[in-house]
Amino acid sequence: MTELLETGTPLGRPLRRKEDARLLHGQTNWTDNIQLPGTLYMAILRSPMAHARITHLDVAPALEHPHVVAAYGAKELGDLNGSIPCVWPVTDDIQMPSFPALAVDKVRHVGDCVAVVLATDKYAAYDALEAIEVDYEALPAVVDMEAALKPDSPLVHDGEGSPGTNECYTFPLPGTGIPYEEAKAKADVVVKRRFINQRIIAGYMEPRAVVASPMGMSNEMTVWSATQIPHILRVLLSLVTGMPENSLRVIAPDVGGGFGGKLQLYREEILAVQLARHLGRPVKWTETRSEDMVASHHGRDQIQDIEICATKDGKILGLNVDLLADMGAYLQIITPGIPLLGMFMFPAIYKMEAYHFNCVGVFTNKTPTDAIRGAGRPEATFAIERIIDELANELGMDPMKLRKMNWITHEEFPYSTIAGLVYDTGNYEAATAKALDLFGYDELRAEQESRRASGDPVQLGLGISTFTEMCGLAPSRTLGALKYVAGGWEHCTIRALPTGKIELITGTSPHGQGHETAWSQIAASILGVDVDDIEVIHGDTGRAPYGMDTYGSRSLAVGGQAIKKAAERLVEKAKIIAAHQLECSPDDLEFVDGTFRVKGDPEKAQPLAAVAFEAFTAHNLPDGVEPTLQAEATVDPDDFSYPHGTHLCAIEVDTETGKSTIRKYVAVDDVGIQVNPLIVKGQVHGGLAQGIAQALYEGVEYDADGNLLTASFADYLIPSAMDLPSFITDSTVTPSTTNPLGTKGVGEAGAIASTPAVINAIVDALRPMGVNDVLMPASPQNVWRAIQSAKGGAA
Amino acid sequence: MIPVAFEYTRPTTVDEAIAALVAGGEDAKILAGGQSLMPVLRLRMAAPSILIDCSRIAEMQGITDAGDALIIGAGTTHYEVMNNALVLEHAPLVAMTTATVADPQIRHRGTFGGALAHADPAGDLPAVAVALDMVMTVAGPNGRRDIPARDYFVDYFTTAMEPEEILVSIRVPKLGAGWGYHYEKFNRTAQGWAMVGVAAAVKRSNGSIEQARIGLTNMGPGPVRATTVEAALAGSDASIDAVASASENATDGTRATSDLHAQADFREHLARVLTKRAVAKAAGL
Repeated sequence: MTELLETGTPLGRPLRRKEDARLLHGQTNWTDNIQLPGTLYMAILRSPMAHARITHLDVAPALEHPHVVAAYGAKELGDLNGSIPCVWPVTDDIQMPSFPALAVDKVRHVGDCVAVVLATDKYAAYDALEAIEVDYEALPAVVDMEAALKPDSPLVHDGEGSPGTNECYTFPLPGTGIPYEEAKAKADVVVKRRFINQRIIAGYMEPRAVVASPMGMSNEMTVWSATQIPHILRVLLSLVTGMPENSLRVIAPDVGGGFGGKLQLYREEILAVQLARHLGRPVKWTETRSEDMVASHHGRDQIQDIEICATKDGKILGLNVDLLADMGAYLQIITPGIPLLGMFMFPAIYKMEAYHFNCVGVFTNKTPTDAIRGAGRPEATFAIERIIDELANELGMDPMKLRKMNWITHEEFPYSTIAGLVYDTGNYEAATAKALDLFGYDELRAEQESRRASGDPVQLGLGISTFTEMCGLAPSRTLGALKYVAGGWEHCTIRALPTGKIELITGTSPHGQGHETAWSQIAASILGVDVDDIEVIHGDTGRAPYGMDTYGSRSLAVGGQAIKKAAERLVEKAKIIAAHQLECSPDDLEFVDGTFRVKGDPEKAQPLAAVAFEAFTAHNLPDGVEPTLQAEATVDPDDFSYPHGTHLCAIEVDTETGKSTIRKYVAVDDVGIQVNPLIVKGQVHGGLAQGIAQALYEGVEYDADGNLLTASFADYLIPSAMDLPSFITDSTVTPSTTNPLGTKGVGEAGAIASTPAVINAIVDALRPMGVNDVLMPASPQNVWRAIQSAKGGAA
Repeated sequence: MIPVAFEYTRPTTVDEAIAALVAGGEDAKILAGGQSLMPVLRLRMAAPSILIDCSRIAEMQGITDAGDALIIGAGTTHYEVMNNALVLEHAPLVAMTTATVADPQIRHRGTFGGALAHADPAGDLPAVAVALDMVMTVAGPNGRRDIPARDYFVDYFTTAMEPEEILVSIRVPKLGAGWGYHYEKFNRTAQGWAMVGVAAAVKRSNGSIEQARIGLTNMGPGPVRATTVEAALAGSDASIDAVASASENATDGTRATSDLHAQADFREHLARVLTKRAVAKAAGL
């Protein structure tokens, strides 16, 4: 890459994003902007109860309302009521209950879909919902995971074929080392903790929306959806509805954020498509924020029992992890697999002799969970980085020193981990040294000492997170071994058009990441054309037929490889045509700055655009060369990539009120080669905000009856810029060796690393008061209670 | 926003507004800045038959000097209030508190009178109203009357106004010389509601505290005047210890409730800590 930089290509430059003008000015096409003649607006009646039998449902009164065209309950919907398939059955004996679009006989969470109304006017559709007659017989709600597993617990799924338990699955991973109990027998110190990784929401700006439009005479159905996964959605919609896949076109127009929350096939998408087909008219639905809170999947929600054992001088020997993971009421497409993405990451950057992992997935009467930014890895990183601090405290050792003693050194890469992964590259020493320097670790420790000595009501705490994660999802064979029923490849087609412009068709589907700019930079650096002469086409199965979409920090690490390969193939073909035109052998040509030149005779040259025109006219092509200048590549990654970094957080904790204020936050991330450092920085900033939010602000709360208490942004707190410090970000660059661009992935790094850094800082501030943990979100009340409880007072 | 259908009218005088309110019956609703009403309509938690938009009634706009008091039109926006020269000079506690209300967009739409008429226990301005002994001037079919702040706030979202009355203006007594002031707001996010807030105005003389006026936000169904603390402070030393000691009784007369962000015991603890801080800052300690 340094080579490319020296030749002045756009790769590695902090270019401003070319998509931003249209996104920021709103001059673009959000799904809700799509207005089609004859549209029916869909509104959904949702369950107000967490668990209840539907004893009476009559949708007929809704039909009396003006503008209402149709109304359905599960009975009226009949065979159109599809079931959402879970495509990640993690074990052979997993419990996979049916998940109909409209609830049949029983509702299982607040927000479950009960009935649907279609009207020619949006307001009328919502008015008519109120006319639907529905009676519920309340059933006891299953809310707490541990209670759910007791033999006498009510069952979320008790119908035919139910195994009679709320356990969804049990997944053990023995690890590659010695048995954990053997390691523990050798240990001087054993630290065991229970961490609660609370439930959160994705919180994207643009709510979910879908428009399904049957195309008149043809059998084609076009579906616009605010989704991260148009390609996967097309396959799933075809499977669920029975519509031939080749007559479905799914378009994700500009999408306003996803964070995993739009990595999904949702009930409303099935309803819109089925009813558009059935009624022969476009059907449109845009959720309200209140609906999003109850009906879009949630994330995290694990009870983590974690034990670490070590020698008295600080050598880590083993790690034992027992998880309870809340599935919610149903399995969305990859719900059961999310905790298992974290399974590999608990040992993180540390060397050890033993690792044992076990996860039990549990059904409850709550909104289903699934991927949210990091998906399993934030939960794992939180637990390991927290318990490392607890171990350091137990050993009386500086937590940074303990990390340095146990991490994989840069000479040891590639490194086979105890969890069975091979980390290709990394340099924890370099990132940590840079972070410590930017942070002023020693000075802050000195200030902490003086505040402790003076009894300052505002204490200072320092938190560390030396994290790694796995990106670049994923090698298809690995996914197969994990029972995931799709691959992890990515596709790119590049066309050099006769007028000299380039079309780059990618299978990734951005929803704010800046792919149009970054992908252009990669292709431009190879094709020697201007970044602005490349049009990136994405998110439309009609124009970009092959793709695996965008999630898991995969788009650059996997999709970038496809772009590079396709661009190189295009140059290869162009070279053969150029050599023919210039009457020389392809070997005599060099390709510099977008122009083929005869070596030693620079006057004889042909720019790529001219070659493209020759390929278009096809008047004078070499024998055997097909007209048109285009190339494609589909790439399956060799392995994951492993970004890492060192995050340091200094936090002031007001011990009188419990309020925590971040004083300084340093993030040094190693995401490998950076195609666009400005985009990298933006991704890190956003990730930090989201991860810090989990630590301090966000948390989905239910009451004992399964009612959602955090049902709006007045109660579910998302921080604004005013609540966050000015971040200090920097990077080290250790190229990945698992892909030819040397990139790793950055979309989730900040969200994964920051949560434990913040909580470690708060606990560090309060350690002299006897506080060893604080519940997330570390609200003033939770911090105050932790202090009261340590004091032995009522809390 | 997908509210239930409603009628809409925009009167230009207070009398027209009252007539519309009378004609509209019990489901008629006054629309001021809409910053509390719109979310309720959006969630379909209210279904008014008619909205009476009072934003174009000239009499309800602006701030005037009435000698020993300021008269603030009920429809004056928070943004105007917090930047008004008269308010900054004579009622700086009002300006300071108003600046903590929500975010800039809301302060540009939301109104001073709207906040007081809405009477949200978590709203910031009611505590200032009771601390400063503001007087509400309301108009109805039977004419106009003045209601002192201490009698005005009755219960959660409930004031002493009759259903057919409108808050026209608010009389804010000038504090005069020698007063310090502070609003100590405690919330989880910068733009969030107050979990607890304390409005304090303190007059010092000769090293001691002559008089203190303290209003508490979100410590009961309405704003609470911390009279026990005020009594303990009157004539006491202007010292942190004296303030801390007096603030221990900040919860007298409160009825703290529990919600997601604070259980009642934590709220009471906060009231004591924040009263100490607000008074100390107001007293320049």
